[in-house]
Amino acid sequence: MARVQLTQLVKRYGETTAVADVTLDIAQGEFMVLLGPSGCGKTTTLRMLAGFVKPTSGRMSVGDRDVTSLPPWLRNTGLVFQSYALFPHMSVAENVAFGLQMRRLPRADIAIRVSEALDMVRLGPYAARMPRALSGGQQQRVALARALAIRPDVLLLDEPLSNLDAKLRAEVRVEIRELQQRLGLTTMMVTHDQEEALTMADRLVVMAEGQVRQIGSQRDLYERPANRFVAGFVGRANFMDGTIDPGGFFVSKGGTRINLGARGNGAGAVTFSIRPEHVHLTAQALKSATGKNLNRLHGTVTVASYLGAATDIHVLLPTGERMVASVPNRPDVRLPLVGESVELEWPMDSGLILTD
Amino acid sequence: MSWRDRALAAAALTSLGFVLLPIVFVVWLAFFAQEIAVFPPRGYSLRWFNAVFEHRQFVSGFITSLQVGVAATIIGLCLGIPAALALARRHDRVAKGLNQLLLLPIVAPGVVLGTALYIFQVEAEIMAYGQGYNLAVIGSAGGLIAAHVLIVIPWTVRLVLASLEGFDQSTREAALNLGATPWIAFRRVTLPMIRPGIVAAALFGFVMSFGNLEMSLFLVGPGRTTLPIAILQYLEWKLDPTIAAVSVYQMLLIGSALLLTNHFVKLSRVV
Repeated sequence: MARVQLTQLVKRYGETTAVADVTLDIAQGEFMVLLGPSGCGKTTTLRMLAGFVKPTSGRMSVGDRDVTSLPPWLRNTGLVFQSYALFPHMSVAENVAFGLQMRRLPRADIAIRVSEALDMVRLGPYAARMPRALSGGQQQRVALARALAIRPDVLLLDEPLSNLDAKLRAEVRVEIRELQQRLGLTTMMVTHDQEEALTMADRLVVMAEGQVRQIGSQRDLYERPANRFVAGFVGRANFMDGTIDPGGFFVSKGGTRINLGARGNGAGAVTFSIRPEHVHLTAQALKSATGKNLNRLHGTVTVASYLGAATDIHVLLPTGERMVASVPNRPDVRLPLVGESVELEWPMDSGLILTD
Repeated sequence: MSWRDRALAAAALTSLGFVLLPIVFVVWLAFFAQEIAVFPPRGYSLRWFNAVFEHRQFVSGFITSLQVGVAATIIGLCLGIPAALALARRHDRVAKGLNQLLLLPIVAPGVVLGTALYIFQVEAEIMAYGQGYNLAVIGSAGGLIAAHVLIVIPWTVRLVLASLEGFDQSTREAALNLGATPWIAFRRVTLPMIRPGIVAAALFGFVMSFGNLEMSLFLVGPGRTTLPIAILQYLEWKLDPTIAAVSVYQMLLIGSALLLTNHFVKLSRVV
């Protein structure tokens, strides 16, 4: 396993830019997830590292090897495809042995490494089966064993869970993560599923339109999003467009004033953002004592969406703007009714000002 | 059964009868006892099936057709398979255009193709002569085989493309990722997966070459006639059940090749 570095990687197809200037440094043993909507360039980036797409410019290195101009078969990366891409005419054991045969290992060593790899994914008893006789989850594990058997410098996962059903996905997620930690695998995974990304990664890269929008841990992205795209893509958020007035208050286009405490700076157009679970809600009747560090707005409930652990309360403000408050569902908490007048409140330091 | 179904069935039976009737008569004729074809037959005999082998032109025609068919099929596969692989990998307008272009030889009428090739070969010989070379193209085995390659290629491309339809390109990439060079990836992963298509292409291409008459007419040389041409020449001065017996042999060969092909790739999907 090795450290992986991508330096100013660019891929253009004629006029369109698929990947614009991506620089990443993945530490040895780190699980890095590229997250973004489809067409954001994450898969192209992964395919460049695997050697299937030739970058227009930039450099890639794995360990101390510069792999930028190496063909795929000399890169020693282990790629797990979205479609698994098992060889349908070979048995499970032959599939796993393929990469080892390419490396001209002695027959006896291949047999040992194949059974090791299959045991690792708990498929030892299935060695003689053909891929079509396996379930989707089992095929996925064969693909993983096949990629790991060659002892790659870096493990590449291309939407590896998207073809599994929801329950299995949650299991395999944990399984892959445990294996990755136990073996200390340097891993790059591509996904559009934020839950998958958040649960598996050490660090994440949020991409959009070919560009890196933010690199950081789950907490970094969720609590300190660098821009509106990240705030909206990772988790959910209320957004209001507006400006900062001379007194340090945020003033939305509709005229809603929000106290930002000491953080009120920034010029020009900005966006105020706050997570729904940070917005507390009190029915007018239960109005709590005034806290001076609180922002407080009142409005009317338009929709209440029950989500199990919490209920989303959509509130229409007098300015015509809308906010969502997420209220935890507890037996002792009464949910407001549609049409009821409510107060929204949140501490001054809960919201964020995004300039981008 | 509604009247619509009945009408459809009747139409289908009529056209099937239309197609099959000549074949039925040819096979029937091959068993007639007398030399002159008159109905109803005065008796039945198997002697014409033996008589075929007494005519040298049929035997040598069969051998020529076999040789040309095999050679053209092998060359056609070597050219058609890579073309199909390349076409399967891209889906842009260039690929579509090339695909159509490669199908042209089976769209053009055989007579036109034969004339064009004949003129081309004459021109080639003249040009070679002008450069000081004495090149025999017209009527040569090479010239005939080259022409037959032309009718094998479209079928190869079609059949191999059909077998690549369900082929997941990422299996090829998986092989490359695991350390296989493109050639090894082709041999160990792609080839085994498209083998049925290749076998079908070989059989079908051979059938097309073996049965070809119109184009070959312009390109055969003295002493090197193909079986369909030998049959035509025989017919010019004699009509007896021998010719029907030869046709039965040819039908059996082609029919079994087609059945075998169908076993590998459903022909109704590509023809």
